[in-house]
Amino acid sequence: MLHYLEQAMSDAPKQRAPELEFANVSRRGFLTIAATGFAVAAFTTQAGAFARYKTGGDFMPHGIRYDPKIFVSIDADGTVTIVAHRSEMGTGSRTSLPMVLADEMGADWSRVKIVQAEGDEPKYGNQDTDGSRSMRHHIQSMRQMGASVRHMLAQAAAKKWGVDAKSVTVGVHEVTSGGRKAGFGDLAADAMALDVPAFEDLTFRTEDQFRYIGKGNIPITDLHDITTGKAIYGADVSLPGMKFAAIARPPAVGSKPIRYDATATFKVPGVEKVLGLQISNFPAKFAPLGGIAVIASNTDAAIKGRDALEIEWAEGPHSGYNSAAFTEEMRATAKKPGAVLRAEGDAKAAFEGAAKVFARDYSQAHMAHAMMEPPVAVANVANGKAEIWAPVQSPFGTRGDLAGALNMPIEDVTVNVTLLGGGFGRKSKCDFAIEAAQLSQRIGAPVKVQWTREDDIRHSFYHTTSVERIEVALDADNKVTGWRHNSVAPSILSTFAPDSGHQFFIESGMGHIDMPFDIPNISVENGAAMAHTRIGWFRSVSNIPRAWAVQSFVAELANEIGRDHKDLLMEMIGPDRLLDPPKQGFPENFWDYGEVYDEYPIDTARLKNVLAIAADKAGWGLDLPAGEGIGLAVHRSFVTYVATAARVKIVDGKITVPEMHMALDCGFAANPERIRSQMEGAAVMGMTTAMHSGITYENGAVTQSNFHDYPMVRSDNYPQKVHTHVVPHGFEVHASGVGEPGVPPVPPAIANAVFAATGKRLRDLPFGDTV
Amino acid sequence: MATVRINGQSRTIDGPDDTTLLWAIRDMAGLTGTKYGCGAGLCGACTVHVDGEAVRSCQSTVGDVAGKDVTTIEGLSPDGNHPVQVAWREYNVPQCGFCQAGQIMQAAAILKQKPDLTDDEILEGMSGNICRCGCYERIVAAVRHVSTGS
Repeated sequence: MLHYLEQAMSDAPKQRAPELEFANVSRRGFLTIAATGFAVAAFTTQAGAFARYKTGGDFMPHGIRYDPKIFVSIDADGTVTIVAHRSEMGTGSRTSLPMVLADEMGADWSRVKIVQAEGDEPKYGNQDTDGSRSMRHHIQSMRQMGASVRHMLAQAAAKKWGVDAKSVTVGVHEVTSGGRKAGFGDLAADAMALDVPAFEDLTFRTEDQFRYIGKGNIPITDLHDITTGKAIYGADVSLPGMKFAAIARPPAVGSKPIRYDATATFKVPGVEKVLGLQISNFPAKFAPLGGIAVIASNTDAAIKGRDALEIEWAEGPHSGYNSAAFTEEMRATAKKPGAVLRAEGDAKAAFEGAAKVFARDYSQAHMAHAMMEPPVAVANVANGKAEIWAPVQSPFGTRGDLAGALNMPIEDVTVNVTLLGGGFGRKSKCDFAIEAAQLSQRIGAPVKVQWTREDDIRHSFYHTTSVERIEVALDADNKVTGWRHNSVAPSILSTFAPDSGHQFFIESGMGHIDMPFDIPNISVENGAAMAHTRIGWFRSVSNIPRAWAVQSFVAELANEIGRDHKDLLMEMIGPDRLLDPPKQGFPENFWDYGEVYDEYPIDTARLKNVLAIAADKAGWGLDLPAGEGIGLAVHRSFVTYVATAARVKIVDGKITVPEMHMALDCGFAANPERIRSQMEGAAVMGMTTAMHSGITYENGAVTQSNFHDYPMVRSDNYPQKVHTHVVPHGFEVHASGVGEPGVPPVPPAIANAVFAATGKRLRDLPFGDTV
Repeated sequence: MATVRINGQSRTIDGPDDTTLLWAIRDMAGLTGTKYGCGAGLCGACTVHVDGEAVRSCQSTVGDVAGKDVTTIEGLSPDGNHPVQVAWREYNVPQCGFCQAGQIMQAAAILKQKPDLTDDEILEGMSGNICRCGCYERIVAAVRHVSTGS
């Protein structure tokens, strides 16, 4: 995400050009290939088990590394150590990526140890753990590195035994030839001293030879530590002489303290210092908000001392922000023409000539991520060096931001990545790590900054608030002839650059421009909305309001014109085809999740397939008892296709979800077990988003503070049974990611089910848990 | 200064009696398996046992537990193989894992009170513990497994 923001901010076209050029070249390239039936022969291997393909990983900062000597080491006792270079926040990437490498290599998983990489992209390649791309971008490098080590072990054995390498077999954690046998540990030193083979010289396992890949038989690597309390998260790091800090931050962004009284604070035993911190206002990237810090000998004293501060805050640049009024302003804006982002056919003529126009708008409040572990970081800045321990999604980005904030060369900054107690995009923003480092630099001692839950809810980088208005033109036969979708929402870009009120190409690529319906006249528009709080990315990002609007709208339209929702949705998606962006009026800078479009095109057949599976499994069309209903939604995001069929049952006015079907097509499914867990989690987070997640503002300050007024779905009312249906594919269908795509279809599926059960249409997120 | 018995060991807490038990456990006793999630008794991440009962340690003080036995996730089982921990592994329950110590301590406490829980009792008994990753289905399945063997 950050990478694209930096791209969008720079007005120098040369920064964005390589990707655009590549996309265009590739598109032409694809056409040539298709016309001549030419395969990508240069990259195929002997068995055809692994045809290499291009991913957006190559365009990420520092790209992808393929050197097994960086990622793998083997001890003499046979222990294989594999580096996890992505952050673990619950998706399982710390297990799944090393698992791919281990399987291709022939390692026995019980003898594999995982070590977490520090923030070092020049060494490990890109480490930004977001965008649902850990598996998407790294499955190929993991396979290649695993195969490389397997070859090196075989070569070492052949040399040692004086036999032909072709006679050597690499089994599970051992190498044999004739009657000779050696463990990986016996060969490790010789093998790892050899040159790394070129990709073209490698052989790869065929899918029937996989032991772990695609099997879902590997428990997460931290399972034992998590269940025994030994797993180390951000707050679990302790340094000798460490001080503890809690910070009072401005209630509205940019407000300054007029005066403060710390008398009561200093009466709290353990409080040592009170320090003023510089106030920031956006755009300031991840600069801390500033405020007043309390330094103490333990967390309890720091928090109690902070809470005892009496502070009078001045009105600031955003003290006039009232979100209820703002939503109505956005609603009015959405009714007017916006900046046109995609124009196909002649939408104006279609609406002018329409027999009927049907329009609805859908809103969403801001959301805070509320990961169970609030932001926290430990820093030690001493002797011209800085070392940080923090749960961050972008370890190398954090390192760069810290170097800037501390005015130190990046070489003198070390970022150690702990486990993340949830991330959801919040921990891509390292303001909390900067706070800890700056305080440590200032007081000359190691510092832990602990955010309370109130801090987390009130001082986030929020999911944007939005109004999405959709209008369709219908002809006399109720066929949709025109589509206008105006999206109005403050942009993430406002956190990074002066705010124009307009969204940028990645927000527009998330379910807005890329709307897949087969409608001849389309106008995709963006009306302006200025940001009044820090806007950031939240799991699934703009796909949440887009799926909410589009998938609710089609259900409303079906009801309006007396059609079956599923039939109409299938019909609107239209014939099986790959969308052709230039032909369909997509802009030049259309963003397909950073991928080369032809490698991950928008495929309507795959979209319809998941919808058909979810509907079928849920029993679409069957009669249900009164007070029950099934709702459908389907959405492609992060190049993965997900359909949700939610079954809702109203119990004494309360919305319950006895069953949910999640059908997804994520290409090759590398770890089906963690795919399932992501879908189960998406069902829960989607239900929380649908019913509960509303951050509102009064006079610039967040109204909510903790889980009593910013509630989460709990075990007393959650999707009781989530069935995950994964469309099976071979490795040739590029693996995509699953961290985010499960969430967007869930809220509209629930709302559509509520309508089916009660006749009540919900258009504003969050809609509460009662009807 | 107060003395608290945690996991069978007496520990001296360098702080007043109104020191929050959670931070005494984490910062002073150095046992970091018990997590801070909300500080308001709303999420259950900080759940420990006090004389065998589930307690939100963010809502208790060192003074409250004087003379009582506090058990944290580290002391739930000497070998880490309490039936609830084993079930958690069998179902591969966690995603990020941060809330799971609290979930496990809550589950162990309600199962100790009543080993054969009905589904409704499980849902109700676990409803004070939030999992933002959304592992509820597996949490409930794991508790049910310990409870009824199914």
